Amino acid sequence: MNWGDWVSDANNIVFLVLALVMVAAAVRVVTSPNVIHAALMLVVALAGSAGLFLMLGAEFVAWTLVLVYIGAVVVLFLFGIMITRAPTGRDPVRLDHARRWPAAVVALGTFVTIATVTVMYFEDAPVEGAVSRSADLGEVLFDRYVIPFEAVSFVLLAALIGGIVLARKDPER
Amino acid sequence: MTVSQFLVLGALLFSIGIYGVLVRRNAVLVLLSVELMLAAVNINMVVFGADIGDLLLAGQVFALFVITVAAAEVGIGLAIIVLIFRNRSSANVDELDLMRW
Repeated sequence: MNWGDWVSDANNIVFLVLALVMVAAAVRVVTSPNVIHAALMLVVALAGSAGLFLMLGAEFVAWTLVLVYIGAVVVLFLFGIMITRAPTGRDPVRLDHARRWPAAVVALGTFVTIATVTVMYFEDAPVEGAVSRSADLGEVLFDRYVIPFEAVSFVLLAALIGGIVLARKDPER
Repeated sequence: MTVSQFLVLGALLFSIGIYGVLVRRNAVLVLLSVELMLAAVNINMVVFGADIGDLLLAGQVFALFVITVAAAEVGIGLAIIVLIFRNRSSANVDELDLMRW
């Protein structure tokens, strides 16, 4: 498939815009000197991935991502940032290591490896965004996947209790 | 739309996350980069699910499980970071060498 055919599909233009926004936001997450900006840029990247899920027809996953990640996890991150640092502006301690190129080499090597392997395998295989209904997802979740579902709910309960135990002040002292 | 374009985007986000984990010194920012990597994995899961097109919707269900476990991970991770900050008044991962032999 050449570039002209690819870009003439309206879906691909939406994909391209979302992908560029997501990559730019992701780069800001890992390079921003301001901690709050990094957390807010994560919101943009995750919103972009929710858009990709909508393109692929995975509506329930997309809205779960918006609710759980953008609604809860990022707020938790902002609280974490505010608790671990009184001034929310620029940090007097440098946020990054001085030597960045080894990390960049590792990241580039990972990207080249994953991208070449997956593209060699899938090549031009098309994928269409057939919308899957939330009712179907709920049905398989409580039928076929009920044991993993219960296991995950147990993980959440353990995380809840663990978070409370870890974060509260020791009453004896 | 091809499968490959989504997978390349996922690989790109994943490697950006790896760069962030390696280069950041603040523990909260390391966790943020881990979230980026998990988001990349979720994209791959949903694309594989759409590619297979099975009735069990395995890709989407696994993406939901990844989201849930990521939420639990953030809760525990931030609790640990707050605890470390309370004890050592710093969230710098370079200074956490207590368990180094």
